Amino acid sequence: MRYRSLAVALFLLAGTAGTSHAADTAGVQVTGGWLRVLPGSLPAGGYVTFDNTTDRALTIVGAESPDYAEAMIHRSSTEGGMGRMEMVDTVALPPKAKLTFAPGGYHVMLMQAKHPVKPGEKVTITFKLSDGGTIPATLIARPANASGPTD
Amino acid sequence: MKPSTCRRFVLALIALLALAALSACQREPQPEWRLTDVSGHLPDLDFKLTDDNGKSVTGADYKGKVVLMYFGYTHCPDVCPLTLTQLHVVLDRLGAPADKVRILFVSVDPKRDTPAIMHDYVNAFDKRAVGLVGSDGDVEALAKRYRSAFTREPDRADGNYEVSHSSAIYLFDAEGKARLLATPSASQDDIVHDLHLLTSMETRP
Repeated sequence: MRYRSLAVALFLLAGTAGTSHAADTAGVQVTGGWLRVLPGSLPAGGYVTFDNTTDRALTIVGAESPDYAEAMIHRSSTEGGMGRMEMVDTVALPPKAKLTFAPGGYHVMLMQAKHPVKPGEKVTITFKLSDGGTIPATLIARPANASGPTD
Repeated sequence: MKPSTCRRFVLALIALLALAALSACQREPQPEWRLTDVSGHLPDLDFKLTDDNGKSVTGADYKGKVVLMYFGYTHCPDVCPLTLTQLHVVLDRLGAPADKVRILFVSVDPKRDTPAIMHDYVNAFDKRAVGLVGSDGDVEALAKRYRSAFTREPDRADGNYEVSHSSAIYLFDAEGKARLLATPSASQDDIVHDLHLLTSMETRP
């Protein structure tokens, strides 16, 4: 009996891992990742869609990238006709729901590239969760005037 | 003619004249703008700044071009690129008339934005974009002229900082008259529609 439930659990675990192309220990699928490459050493904005397939509320508390010295989660707004940006400490990923980082809203600000990043290249970002888990994401570098991961 | 017939004739004539006067008014129809019409509410395009080639320029240098003016800064990784990308897509969709349009990207971060940095930045978005820089005073004067505002936010630990700024896009006709105001959330269809109208308006010789 005990073995059986363990087998089921293992089977379920394998199933979750199989459906996501990004290796997600947290049961969060990541799709549509891209970043906007700006000239020189200007910071780049990174965008991605998270799909929390678990029935637990998860919380993103930070991000890091081997390709950039710093990665910060920000949120832009143009409320009241003023464009402003604020640092965000946490981003909630509600259970069984999707959340999209997109231009004009949540984004990960990537600063001080460790090597020149050119459009077409891939950048890795690891989002850190409050429970100690991580969500690895691959973002494709796009030109400054791109509107998304593909145009 | 009986006096009453005569009176009726005169009344009809007056009515006819009034109608003619009305239709004369309507002969110059106002374009059906989709963006916010600000004609007569904001001053003409006028400034003294430095373009991204290091050349001194004034508003008069853009006479003959429809101008899309936007305040921002290059260290802005999200909203400014989003807006400039939208304007780039809009101009591509506009087609040939886009040759008569210039995007003027005015930096509200004179400390970090040099003409050279602005040059690479604006050209990464659109060849019809011009980056403009100036002293704190010149940029403030221009922002004030268009009731635009910007604030340098406190420095972060790493010495970097953000600048909050008005996100409106100002549209001027080829004579430098302020015509329309668009928000970054305005639909591309609406901007393309109004640019078609603006670029096809007759300019006075």
